[in-house]
Amino acid sequence: MTKDTHDELPLYEVFIRSKNGLDHKHVGSLHASDAEMALTNARDVYTRRGEGVSIWVVKSTDIVASSPEDKGNFYEPSDDKLYRHPTFFNLPDEVGHM
Amino acid sequence: MTNQEMLFEYLLRLGDNSLILGQRLAEWCGHAPILEEDLALTNIGLDLIGQSRMLLSYAGEVEGKGRDEDRLAFHRDTQAWRNLLLLEQPNGDFAKTMARQFFFDVFQYLQYEALSSSKDERVAGIAAKSLKEITYHRRHSSDWVIRLGDGTEESHEKMQTALNELWGFVPEMFDMDAVDEAMVADGIGVDVASLRPAWDAQVNAVLAEATLKRPDVSWSVRGSRDGKHSEHLGYILAEMQFLQHAYPDAKW
Repeated sequence: MTKDTHDELPLYEVFIRSKNGLDHKHVGSLHASDAEMALTNARDVYTRRGEGVSIWVVKSTDIVASSPEDKGNFYEPSDDKLYRHPTFFNLPDEVGHM
Repeated sequence: MTNQEMLFEYLLRLGDNSLILGQRLAEWCGHAPILEEDLALTNIGLDLIGQSRMLLSYAGEVEGKGRDEDRLAFHRDTQAWRNLLLLEQPNGDFAKTMARQFFFDVFQYLQYEALSSSKDERVAGIAAKSLKEITYHRRHSSDWVIRLGDGTEESHEKMQTALNELWGFVPEMFDMDAVDEAMVADGIGVDVASLRPAWDAQVNAVLAEATLKRPDVSWSVRGSRDGKHSEHLGYILAEMQFLQHAYPDAKW
């Protein structure tokens, strides 16, 4: 596993849905030469113990991320707006995943 | 040979194929070109070892001499092994490992597809369960043959060389002897000779996409059905069986 090989292969982020009805969750990343290989690699690396029913892969460079410096103006304004949280309802168990 | 003995022999051939190739793939553990492939190869190896466990356990029961899967795996010497010569060939470079895998995956898929309707329910069950794994193995090795063949000049050359080096081991897969004939007659086994056209069609399609040439070599070797192996099998067994020989019946 030389460093050179990895430098040549682009990085992909892997998202796995563990069962129907749940969301795809980010589980990690891997290297692959294209999307098809990323998908099979993801299958081999991340679903060996029956973790998934569906896989998404996306090139890491295609993900647009917020930067830590934006923390203040992005998130803090909502801190004092408790009325936006639906915390006053009791959810029946039958509703399941929300 | 009685029917029972022939079934035992037939199960050994199937089980030994899976075990020896699985052992070979395990040799890549920690050595594959990238981590992702390291996991893929060992996953496939474990699938194969799983198949061999089911087949050798059944073989032991059919034989009825008290030998279980471990006894058969760890206490048989080279001449008692029935795996195809192709599968004991050294890993070589990654292209060679993929060529060996590709040839066998396509063959094993066709063989197990037919075995999944075997009259022997145990064999049919093992084949049907394994077929899902083999479908993935075949996809994995076909993808790599295409990638390497239709890749760079260097990868193309390495892939072509690998195909040429292993081509002479292909004909043995389709050989039929008295045991095979008897198993076909009983509705248990597969007429592997009849699988050749389908194998050729699948292999040719992948080679065409990979821009690789179908090898044109005149030599071929066989002998595994009679326990005649290349020198490589002895080394595989020496490593695989070491622990059970040094510490008989050791448990985890």
